[in-house]
Amino acid sequence: MNSQRQSPIYRSRLLQPASERAPETHPLTWRLRDDGKVVDLADYEAKEGYRAVRQVLNEHDPQSVIAAMKEANVRGRGGAGFSAGLKWSLTMQGGDMPRGYIVCNADEMEPGTFKDRLLMEQQPHLLIEGMILSAFANNARYGYIFLRGEYVESARVLSQALAEARNAGWLGPDIAGSGFDFDIALHTGAGRYICGEETALLNSLEGKRANPRAKPPFPGQSGAWGKPTVVNNVETLCNAPAVLLRGADWYQGLSGDRTDDGGTKLYGASGLVNRPGLWELPIGVTGREILDRAGGLRDGRNLKAWLPGGASTGFLLPEHLDLPLDFDTVGKEGSRLGTGLMTVVAEDQSMVSLLRNLEAFFARESCGWCTPCRDGLPWTVKLLMALERGEGETGDVELLDKLAADCGPGLTFCAHAPGAAMPLQTALRHFRHEFEQGVRSPEGRARGEPISVGEA
Amino acid sequence: MATIHVDGQSYEVDGADNLLHACLSLGLDIPYFCWHPAMGSVGACRQCIVRQYKDSDDDRGMLVMSCMTPAADGTRIDIEDEEARAFRASVVEWLMINHPHDCPVCEEGGHCHLQDMTVMTGHDRRRYRFRKRTRRNQYLGPFIAHEMNRCITCYRCVRFYNDYAGGKDLGAFGSKDNIYFGRHEEGTLESRFAGNLTEVCPTGVFTDQSHSDHYTRKWDLQFAPGICHQCAMGCNISPGERYGEIRRIENRYHGDLNGYFLCDLGRFGYGYVNRTDRPRVPEWQASPDDPPAELQVDAALARIGDALLHARRVIGIGSPRASLESNHQLRELVGADNFSTGIGALEQDCLRRMNDLNRSCGLPIPTLREVEEHDAVLVLGEDPMESAARLGLAIRQAITAPPAERAAKLGVPAWNAEAMKTLAQDHRQPLFIAYPAATELDEIARPRLSLAPEEIARLGFAVAHAIDPAAPDVRDLADGLREQAGDIAQSLMNADRPLVVSGGSLMSPAVLDAAGNIARALARRASRGGLVFIRREVNSTGVSLMDGQPLDWALDELSSGQADAVVILENDLYRRLPDTRVDAALDRSEVTVVIDHQRTRTLERATFSLPAATFAEADGTLVSLEGRAQRFFQVFEPTYMRPEARIHESWRWLHALSNRQSRADSGEITLDQVTGACARAFADLAPIVEAAPDSGYRVEGLRLAREPHRYSGRTSMRANQNVSEPRSPQDPDTAFAFSMEGYSGFQQPRQQVPFAWAPGWNSPQAWNKFTDEVGGHLRGGDPGIRLLNPQPGRYEYAGNIPDAFRADGEGCQALVLPRLFGGEETSALAEPIRQRMERPVLLLSETDAKGLGAELGGLVTVTGDHACVTLPARVQPDWPAGLVGLPAGSVSAGLNGSRVTLSAGPGATPSPGEEVRP
Repeated sequence: MNSQRQSPIYRSRLLQPASERAPETHPLTWRLRDDGKVVDLADYEAKEGYRAVRQVLNEHDPQSVIAAMKEANVRGRGGAGFSAGLKWSLTMQGGDMPRGYIVCNADEMEPGTFKDRLLMEQQPHLLIEGMILSAFANNARYGYIFLRGEYVESARVLSQALAEARNAGWLGPDIAGSGFDFDIALHTGAGRYICGEETALLNSLEGKRANPRAKPPFPGQSGAWGKPTVVNNVETLCNAPAVLLRGADWYQGLSGDRTDDGGTKLYGASGLVNRPGLWELPIGVTGREILDRAGGLRDGRNLKAWLPGGASTGFLLPEHLDLPLDFDTVGKEGSRLGTGLMTVVAEDQSMVSLLRNLEAFFARESCGWCTPCRDGLPWTVKLLMALERGEGETGDVELLDKLAADCGPGLTFCAHAPGAAMPLQTALRHFRHEFEQGVRSPEGRARGEPISVGEA
Repeated sequence: MATIHVDGQSYEVDGADNLLHACLSLGLDIPYFCWHPAMGSVGACRQCIVRQYKDSDDDRGMLVMSCMTPAADGTRIDIEDEEARAFRASVVEWLMINHPHDCPVCEEGGHCHLQDMTVMTGHDRRRYRFRKRTRRNQYLGPFIAHEMNRCITCYRCVRFYNDYAGGKDLGAFGSKDNIYFGRHEEGTLESRFAGNLTEVCPTGVFTDQSHSDHYTRKWDLQFAPGICHQCAMGCNISPGERYGEIRRIENRYHGDLNGYFLCDLGRFGYGYVNRTDRPRVPEWQASPDDPPAELQVDAALARIGDALLHARRVIGIGSPRASLESNHQLRELVGADNFSTGIGALEQDCLRRMNDLNRSCGLPIPTLREVEEHDAVLVLGEDPMESAARLGLAIRQAITAPPAERAAKLGVPAWNAEAMKTLAQDHRQPLFIAYPAATELDEIARPRLSLAPEEIARLGFAVAHAIDPAAPDVRDLADGLREQAGDIAQSLMNADRPLVVSGGSLMSPAVLDAAGNIARALARRASRGGLVFIRREVNSTGVSLMDGQPLDWALDELSSGQADAVVILENDLYRRLPDTRVDAALDRSEVTVVIDHQRTRTLERATFSLPAATFAEADGTLVSLEGRAQRFFQVFEPTYMRPEARIHESWRWLHALSNRQSRADSGEITLDQVTGACARAFADLAPIVEAAPDSGYRVEGLRLAREPHRYSGRTSMRANQNVSEPRSPQDPDTAFAFSMEGYSGFQQPRQQVPFAWAPGWNSPQAWNKFTDEVGGHLRGGDPGIRLLNPQPGRYEYAGNIPDAFRADGEGCQALVLPRLFGGEETSALAEPIRQRMERPVLLLSETDAKGLGAELGGLVTVTGDHACVTLPARVQPDWPAGLVGLPAGSVSAGLNGSRVTLSAGPGATPSPGEEVRP
């Protein structure tokens, strides 16, 4: 076991014992070991591993795979919730269309999110199997795992697993005697949040600046190196083997009548909770259940607000704890399900400081391509810093409103700035008084701060 | 066509455009930054936002970027939507956060797109109260000044420099609000098109360093429609003058020719106009040892007139760098029988051959716009990037064109620049180059065939034969070359629009014939091909359409005593033929009259010299390599700021001399008269009167203004000389006024635009107001008239296939290779060009270098019949043995093709840009 994972601050751990996890109820995590060690090839094969690949590649055709994924309604676990089956059905294939790529988006960098890491560090073969199935469905010739650069442990585990799979014939020519050939390369990123945006990821993969691309054309039409490309999140791909093995109905049934979305989801909690970590639960569980599993807030604090799925989702209030956490319900409350890992804000935490921290992150991670994001976000950071220090001026809060609105969807080139705007907008809505407390001066007063010459 | 609805009005537009392009073409104003008509849309700046409605029932609509939205039929948008307007103001406010607001000291001020757009959006109050980011600037060479603090991060510079022009040393660095556009380290920008950054950049990050050295605001410059004189391309330029100096050259939009871009030679090569050592008054040198004496105009004309009258026979030597009018007037002075074009015999043979082939081969000469649409290119014995760089840039566009069919299949519109780039990847149309030296186009071409001129010709003949078996075959061609010829022929036949590019750089008639055969073979297949021949100098094509004798003949007439006087027009003979031949002729000449605007070695030999006008002080007509006759117009009157100057157009001097000669005072002459006379004298040149409007042309009853209406200081600019303001110079020759008074608007279509300005549009983006659609043609017609039209007739394939080239033990064949910077006579006198020149070297094969025992970079002396030059040697791995490549500008062009011997040897090590003479 890696020393990193023994660290007390290590969050990417599943807090459900093996006894609680079964193949029928926990398709993502049932194979995980209680000791946290990697499920290696032998272990994986012994637990239904690559069974779906053998079955699908030899007995099914790509269209039926896509149909099954569509029927199961596996929605993108990276946060956007776009139907994976629908995405696959839009990939261009046939005719003179060249075979393209499957790209696994493993650039997990959403603040408060550490779910893909668990899957990659402890069960790499599930991802590989999912990618093979996706490649088969999308007629892809090659796969890339675009991995967040800081995930060195995942990189080590994945490299080893890829070698194991290749040696066992699960990757390479003629997989499982089906005649289908496919291989996967691991690409470690350089640690930019924007690389999680699928088209920026593709540019980065091609060796270019990680600027997003305009859509259309979508990656399924012209993706990596101009070829049809499917980009899916790690968790999304990890759902594919079970869906194809057990069927769409079973998958749909996993979430019961909580929601229309099917399957399970890796949920988690971080912030000032007693037991931060991860749980695989039917999609549509409530925030309260997750908070309970996390043992509530530390030191008996009260909950002030929470982010349902990462820093780029909008703040929800304690009154929202009983809503089912699925893509549509959360969307209706002015937030997004995002990655499904909740971040908890306690009553004694300052929203202004929190937002200053979040916005500093988003401003720093802007690729610098479009104006609102590149130049608007740093301005919000400076305004928040002024408010935090009590140096705000009359009109600053309204200016924050305007800046957040101007970074809305459709106004910026990609979803980065809207992601930065959502927590800001919701915080301004729910906790406006905290921001207004930072306003101490009338607009446009002369300032004492000397501006030195020639300093960067 | 498509109908779109903008702010409640319906318009017909091209449905293949994006909305921004379509609206700008309609004359509607939408602010923008990152979009450029030649580079398409990327949607980065978010400035061009408008509200789009789904249909007539939709009253909410959504905000979209007009540059990224197709102008599809039925599209409904509001530009004046409140929310869209507010967002556009926000965008400028963000861009202004870190902008230094240094307009008063910024050289972009007054023709700044950022200023225009800021005014257009109405952003005029600063709310950002925090510290600005500051940046360090870089030294980028003699052409471009760098001020990164002004950057608004529109990415246009790198998109032009890298994506469009193929540069590699300018990049976007950093991320977030700290993007830096520059080089990885300080140093001269390597691209030969770097100067376009000054116009592509919407603000003052990249500015013209040569302008900075004597800066004047755009509104204080006096302009005229100019034609670049530094090569045969004929690019349209807009030179700006103040205080009797050319201060900068900007691109003058031409829809068929240069479009939005110039090469750096054309933009920065104007310095010779401003040289203080220029001849400004007539001079007389009684004997070679006497110092020259200045003469008054009347005295000079009288003495020269007398001297020529007393001469037995006067030879006139014209020039391919002078206008048709000046050459014609010289011919009038000396008589048709005594007129030489001033072009070497071999070069003239090549030029005439090119004219004939252009008219007879059956393929048209494409315009530069059309060059970009060809889908296979063969370059035979030329290096367009050195000899006609703007053509090289157009060829690059043809070769790097994205796969249109795949794009259409995916529904990716051509203007979606980044998507096209993704789709194209390393997709290249076939480009074949047969040329001995490495060229900049090699990187996008199939492996270059490094061959001697004879072999290039043989390859070409073989290609023609492979296309059409009726074309003569090349016997005993090496198998490898035959295979190559087959491949090339196949690619050309597979193409919709094959293009053959050749020219006179190697001065090989056989290469030209071979190119002609290929063109003829393609024409017989009825393909929509093209044939371009590159000529060397600005008026090579035009002068070769006159009936003059070659320079060799003129020198022979003089040195053999058949003639005893010579009038030399704007021509440094020493740059054309070896010194010994020129000296032999001039030594025997009793009276040598030289008319030029530079102190050339030939001018130093003059008995009488007359100060000629440069392109900036003269009007005239030139014929480009496309066969396009174009007029250039006088920018300023040289005597206005320097009353002592006696500079005149050469044709005016020559007319005055003719007057003396005939003792018939026919009075003053005007441009229209001499152009008309020239057109009447040569049937081929008959259409040149139509090349531009004549002096009687008026718009709304007005002359055309050379000065912007904000031109300031006219009453005071000469006050240091005399407090009385002289009358502004009058222009009897053209329809332009040396004044801000006159027409300078865009509403009335006109083809001759000295400077582009429209209300609210002060930057070069104002050209969009003068075009029929953005990126299209000038509404008044693109300037010029094409002369080399196909002539019907029975034409045969050329059959004079040269023997295979064999390197024998004795000596080498010299090739004078064109050089963009320093290869051309006049621009080599401009200081920025001198700084930009690469050190002249001669190219050798490894075998020949070894034979000499010359070390890499060691000095090698080249000795020919009449010339001797010592240069550092460079061994190029694939250079053909038996050839030596010499840099143009360092040796006389007449050395081309001659036999020379090489010796490793001592000699002075030349400093960069310096000519090495024996």
